Amino acid sequence: MRIALFITCFNDTMFPRTGQAVTALLERLGHTVEFPQGQTCCGQMHFNTGYRPETLPMVGRFTEVFEGYDAVVVPSGSCAGMVRDHHRVVAAQYGDAALTEAVERVAPTVYELSELLVDVLGVTDVGAYFPHRVTYHPTCHSLRMLRVGDRPLALLRAVKGIDLVELPDAESCCGFGGTFALKNADVSNAMLADKMRHVLGTGAEFLSAGDNSCLTHIGGGLSRLRTGVGTMHLAEILASTEGDPR
Amino acid sequence: MSGADNVVWLGTPAFPQAARTALADTQLRANLRRATGTIRDKRLAVAAELEDWEELRETAAAVKRHTLRHLDHHLLRLEKSVTAAGGVVHWAADAAEANRIVTDLVRDTAESEVVKVKSMATQEIGLNEALAEAGIRAYETDLAELIVQLGRDRPSHILVPAIHRNRSEIREIFRREMGEWGRPAPEGLSDDPRDLAEAARLHLREKFLRAKVAVSGANFAAADTGTVVVVESEGNGRMCLTLPETLITVMGIEKVLPSFADLDVFLQLLPRSSTGERMNPYTSLWTGVTEGDGPQNFHLVLLDNGRTATLADEVGRQALACIRCSACLNVCPVYERTGGHAYGSVYPGPIGAVLTPQLVGIGSDIKSGAASLPFASTLCGACYDACPVKIDIPEVLVHLRAKAVEAGRRGRRLPTVEALAMKAAGAVMSSPRRLAAAQKLAGLGARLVARDGRIGALPGPFAGWSASRDTPVPPRETFRAWWRRTRRPAHADSSATVEGKGRG
Repeated sequence: MRIALFITCFNDTMFPRTGQAVTALLERLGHTVEFPQGQTCCGQMHFNTGYRPETLPMVGRFTEVFEGYDAVVVPSGSCAGMVRDHHRVVAAQYGDAALTEAVERVAPTVYELSELLVDVLGVTDVGAYFPHRVTYHPTCHSLRMLRVGDRPLALLRAVKGIDLVELPDAESCCGFGGTFALKNADVSNAMLADKMRHVLGTGAEFLSAGDNSCLTHIGGGLSRLRTGVGTMHLAEILASTEGDPR
Repeated sequence: MSGADNVVWLGTPAFPQAARTALADTQLRANLRRATGTIRDKRLAVAAELEDWEELRETAAAVKRHTLRHLDHHLLRLEKSVTAAGGVVHWAADAAEANRIVTDLVRDTAESEVVKVKSMATQEIGLNEALAEAGIRAYETDLAELIVQLGRDRPSHILVPAIHRNRSEIREIFRREMGEWGRPAPEGLSDDPRDLAEAARLHLREKFLRAKVAVSGANFAAADTGTVVVVESEGNGRMCLTLPETLITVMGIEKVLPSFADLDVFLQLLPRSSTGERMNPYTSLWTGVTEGDGPQNFHLVLLDNGRTATLADEVGRQALACIRCSACLNVCPVYERTGGHAYGSVYPGPIGAVLTPQLVGIGSDIKSGAASLPFASTLCGACYDACPVKIDIPEVLVHLRAKAVEAGRRGRRLPTVEALAMKAAGAVMSSPRRLAAAQKLAGLGARLVARDGRIGALPGPFAGWSASRDTPVPPRETFRAWWRRTRRPAHADSSATVEGKGRG
């Protein structure tokens, strides 16, 4: 299967380890990963902040770069949601008919990591080994835009050695929301405080999620308080093996 | 102006500032968390009882879509059937006109007081204040509205206006204020809910038995029969709707339903979504007037107040499907922390964030007033899942954000710092080469300000973020660079050709 990796601009810059983990994981499962170098950004930040015309070039670039693959994997629920749900909105509003058609062809081939693994590749046990206590935050966009359900948890449950503990009030938002955390910093902090309280209550060594932006937000708070709780993208846990631990 | 000024409370600061005040109130946070948590759990349980819940939602959404598409037609049908049943229909374009109509109707009865059943529409137009100016006293009879009125307060929730008050606060309000408005609170009033309810009952009974005029809102009105519906929990509304001689109902034009049979769906969805009950305790339906039974004069005021303008927006109009159940408030993580006052509007929470700016019109300054409301959300989507009529609130939020940004661009000669930053980021993010250069710069900059691999407090727009979160320093090698270094032979590097592939 020809799988293209859309790393997302944020992961590319801040969390290259996530992309490396996705690559290692998929290759271990016997697939070929391609990384189209022309890729940039899905345009989510611009779209969600109200800067729609600025989003158009990014939609155009995404569809051109990722056209023709069997599947495009995205290690970010919110970026996958942006491509699948909102690219067609931007194309319809500012683009031409050709762009709209291109979006209709490409968007359905885009999968968040857990969707790709479970639905497309048909695996839940990816042969991972991660002997740590982990709790999982099911980020809002994965949960409610993509409806990934308990796919990530099914993948984590199959990891050998893991001590997976339930996160109380898991489905409530962590308070990141992109520019929301800047525009409404006080409310964002209040939401973060509650999320951190729940994470700390689990006694987990690591908080995991399918989106590094949420993890940066929660992890930034956990770090400031010197809690010692780490954050780790789902891909890194799934890529971890006895021979190649993370 | 649309005349919808009263939707927004005058002098209310923008959401971020108002939220800061609310967040500092720990009692408010505790009250809200307890109350929304309880209703949220009850709602989930009773919704799960119905096997066809999703079908009901879809049906309700379809009925609302149809009604809004043919709103003029159904409103004219409603006018006809109400008139045929002995009622009088009035049309009000804005708040001022609606207030004038109601004030004149009360004056015609020569009465100087009215009892009211909780009504969002009259809150929206500031009817109590308008009546007061005309020398008419309006008494709120819904228990929570009574608490708000006695406390000289503002409602904080659509369904539970006094959600921000706990019982000891309520006791204090009753003891201090009830005497000013009528029968005082009994001596030695405790904060036991039963005692508080009894005090309110005695206080209100005096008014129910005396009042000749009542003002109500409406949850629904059936166009085919002219039947108006009020749904409530306490029976105080029923007293208002049946005892007085004159009943004046103020109803937003979007509340019309094509037929009486449509109530079947909505009366299942509303109580389950709002109070988490299978059925609300009191459902009052009346059709015009009936000789010798109930009010002998019935007036229906159909209120526009920005609704027609909202209807003109293809994406935003779905907010008019709202049945005011408040399920979205109870699941909203932002509302849960700030309460309703921070929204500066009669309509708080997620639905308020999309309804208020549409009713008053999106202004040109996204830093103030109603235009700040679409930004008061993380777009987590919990509101959409909870909405019984499937209003895609996140979709409307981002739609209105775009409108607010556009309005800002039009209203300004110079772009804002944010607009410049977004433009610059857009240019960077649509080109891999510019992105790579920016990544290099960002990495250098970050390493300059970092300590122990983490970035602490930052100035400017990042101050709020960095006050409580460390920011990680980007690693020296981006993924893109790692891929090139490890995956491609050095001579095959040709970013120019790849660059040319995109449109950006």
